Amino acid sequence: MVADVNTSSAGRRAIPENPANNLAIAGIRLPVWNKILIAILLVVAVIAPFFLEDFDVFQMTYALVFAMAILGLNLLTGFNGQFSLGHSAFFGIGAYTTAMMMAHWEVAFYWTIIPAGIVCLVAGFLFGLPALRLEGLYLALATFALATAMPQILKYHAWEDLTGGVQGLDLDKPESPFPDTLSDDQYLYFIVLVVAIILFICAWNLVRGRTGRAMIAIRDNPIAAQTMGVNNAVYKSLTFGVSALYTGIAGSMSAIIIQFVAPDSFTFLLAVTFLVGLVVGGVASIPGAIFGGFFVLLIPNISEAVADMTGRTDAKGLSWAVYGLFLIITVYVMPSGAAGLVRLLVGKLARRG
Amino acid sequence: MEYFLQQTLSGLANGAIYACVALAVVMIYQAIDHFNFAQGEMAMFSTFIAWQMMQWGMPFWLVFPVCVVISFAGGVVIERVIFGPIHNAPVLSHVIVFIALFSIFNSLAGFIWEFTIKPFPSPFPEKDVLGTNLIAMHELGMIGITLVMLVMIYLFFRFTPIGLAMRAAAANPVSARLVGISVKWMLSLGWGLAAAIGAVAGMLIAPMVYLEPNMMLGILLYGFAGAVVGGLTSPGGAVAGGFLVGVAENLAGAYVIGSELKLTFALVLIVGVLLLRPAGLFGRVVVNRV
Repeated sequence: MVADVNTSSAGRRAIPENPANNLAIAGIRLPVWNKILIAILLVVAVIAPFFLEDFDVFQMTYALVFAMAILGLNLLTGFNGQFSLGHSAFFGIGAYTTAMMMAHWEVAFYWTIIPAGIVCLVAGFLFGLPALRLEGLYLALATFALATAMPQILKYHAWEDLTGGVQGLDLDKPESPFPDTLSDDQYLYFIVLVVAIILFICAWNLVRGRTGRAMIAIRDNPIAAQTMGVNNAVYKSLTFGVSALYTGIAGSMSAIIIQFVAPDSFTFLLAVTFLVGLVVGGVASIPGAIFGGFFVLLIPNISEAVADMTGRTDAKGLSWAVYGLFLIITVYVMPSGAAGLVRLLVGKLARRG
Repeated sequence: MEYFLQQTLSGLANGAIYACVALAVVMIYQAIDHFNFAQGEMAMFSTFIAWQMMQWGMPFWLVFPVCVVISFAGGVVIERVIFGPIHNAPVLSHVIVFIALFSIFNSLAGFIWEFTIKPFPSPFPEKDVLGTNLIAMHELGMIGITLVMLVMIYLFFRFTPIGLAMRAAAANPVSARLVGISVKWMLSLGWGLAAAIGAVAGMLIAPMVYLEPNMMLGILLYGFAGAVVGGLTSPGGAVAGGFLVGVAENLAGAYVIGSELKLTFALVLIVGVLLLRPAGLFGRVVVNRV
C-alpha cells in the first residue's frame, strides 16, 4: 500500500453535512454524538487533575502544550500543504519571549502569552514570505536549516544579557491564587487547558470557513486556487504566521510550566517531535493534534519499558528510535494517522448499523 | 597573510568533507528527487561501526575499506526495504521516512555506544607538512583522500557500463527501463554509493569533531548548503559548492561573524541561494510544465 498522507479527503469527511441535527456551539456545528464525546472529554479534562498526582498533572499539562504546537504545525502542513521541519524555532522564540518578559521586566506570566504569540506571528510571517518561492522539498530544507541554526542564534553573545546565553533563564513558578483548593500544578494545568480550548476552537473555525477553504484549495492545487481568485501569496505567508503563532503560544506556555528556558531545548529533535505528533495523530485532523500531543509525551515511558527489558538504565536515546519506528509504521499502514483510523472504524460501524 | 592562508587551507579541508556530503545528497536527489535528511546520521553510524572495529584491534587502513563496504551494503538494504515500497508516495511521506531514519540512527547510536564524546584516531602522523604549520597533516590527508575518491567516482560514472546505466536511470527512468536497465537496482546502487561516500566523510571528519551521535548534524547542513550553492542537478557542482562553502564558512568565521554563528551562516546561504538562484552556480534551470 502506498501511503498518501496528503490527500484532500483527510479533513473533510468528519462532519456529515446534515443541518437538521447540527446545532451551533461557539460557531461549531457538530452531529449530536460528536458533541457528547466532546462533552465527556471536557468533563474528564476538568475532573482528572483532582484525582492525579502532581507529576501526572504536570505531564498532562505538557501534553496539552505539545498538542497546541502540533495543531500549529498541522494548520501549516495538514491544511496548507507547506512543510516545516523548523517549528522548534518558533516554539523557542515563543518560550524566550515569555521568559525574557518575566525575567527582565517582571511581567506577570499571563500578560506574556499574547506578546509571545504576536512575536511568533511576525517571525513566521517574515520567514513565510521568502518561503513562498520555495516549493515543498526546498521549504523542508530551509526550515531544517532554521531548526539546526536556532540554538546557536539563541546562544549568541551579543544578546547574552537578554537571553542568558548558554545557561538560559530561570523563572519563578506562578503560584496558585487559591492554594487551598488548587495546587500550583493544577492551577497551571487549568490555565493551559483554557488556552488550548480557545486555540482549538479558533483553529476549528479557521479551517471550516472561507480562509480554511482557501488554505485547503492551495494545498490541493495551487494553480487552480489562484485561478479561482485565491491570493496564494497572502494566504501562504499568513498561514505560516498563524502556524508560528500557535506554536509560539505553546512555547510560551512551556516556558511557564517548566520555569526554565535554555537554547538546547529547542533543537531539531524538538521539531521532529512535533512532526511525529502530527503524523501519528493525523495530518489535517484537528482532534488528531490532541492525540499526537499525548502520544509524544507518553512514548518516552514506553521506550523506558523497552530499555528495562534490555537491562539498561538510560533509555534517553531509545525514545527517538521508537518515534522513528512509529513514523515509518504510520506512513506504511495508517497514512491518515490515528484520526483517520478512528474515522475509518466509525464509518464501518455506521454502515453496518 | 599567513593567518589568511591557514584559514583558507583548513576551510578547504572542511570543504572536502562538505563536498563528500553534498555529493551524497545530490546523488540521491538525482535518483529520487528527494533530500536525504538522514545522510548525516547514516555517515555517523558508519563511523561508529569503524570505531567499534578499531576498538576490537583492527588497524585503520583495514577498517576503512571494510566500513565503506558495510555502509554500501547498508545503503542498498535501506533503499530496498524502506524506500522501494513508497517510491510513488507524496513528498510528505518521503520527508517523514527520512526524518524517521534520522531519529532511528541517532538514537540507536546513542543507545549502543552511549552519548559520551569519543576521540577518533587520525591515520595520519602528527608532524608538520613540508616544514610549515600552514596545514595539519590530517587536513591534507582529508583533502587528498577526498580528491582520490572523487576521481574514482568520476571515472566510474564516465567509463564503466554500470556508471552509464546509473546515469541513464537517473536522467530518464522510463527510457532506461525500455533499453533493459533495471532502474530499481540502479537506485539501490545509488543509495549504496551515497552511503559509502558518507562513511568516508564521517571517518575523515571524526578525528576533528570527535565521535558522538550528533556530530554530523552541522556537517549535514553544510553539505546541503554546498549542494544548493553548487546546484542540485550537478554532482560536479555540488563538490565545488562543498569546497566553496568550506572556505567561505572558515573565512567568515575568522574575519566577520566569529565561530558562534557558523550554522546561521549556512542557514542564510541556503535560503539566500534558494531564493536568488535556485539552480545554484552550476545547475541547470528546471522548468516544470503545468
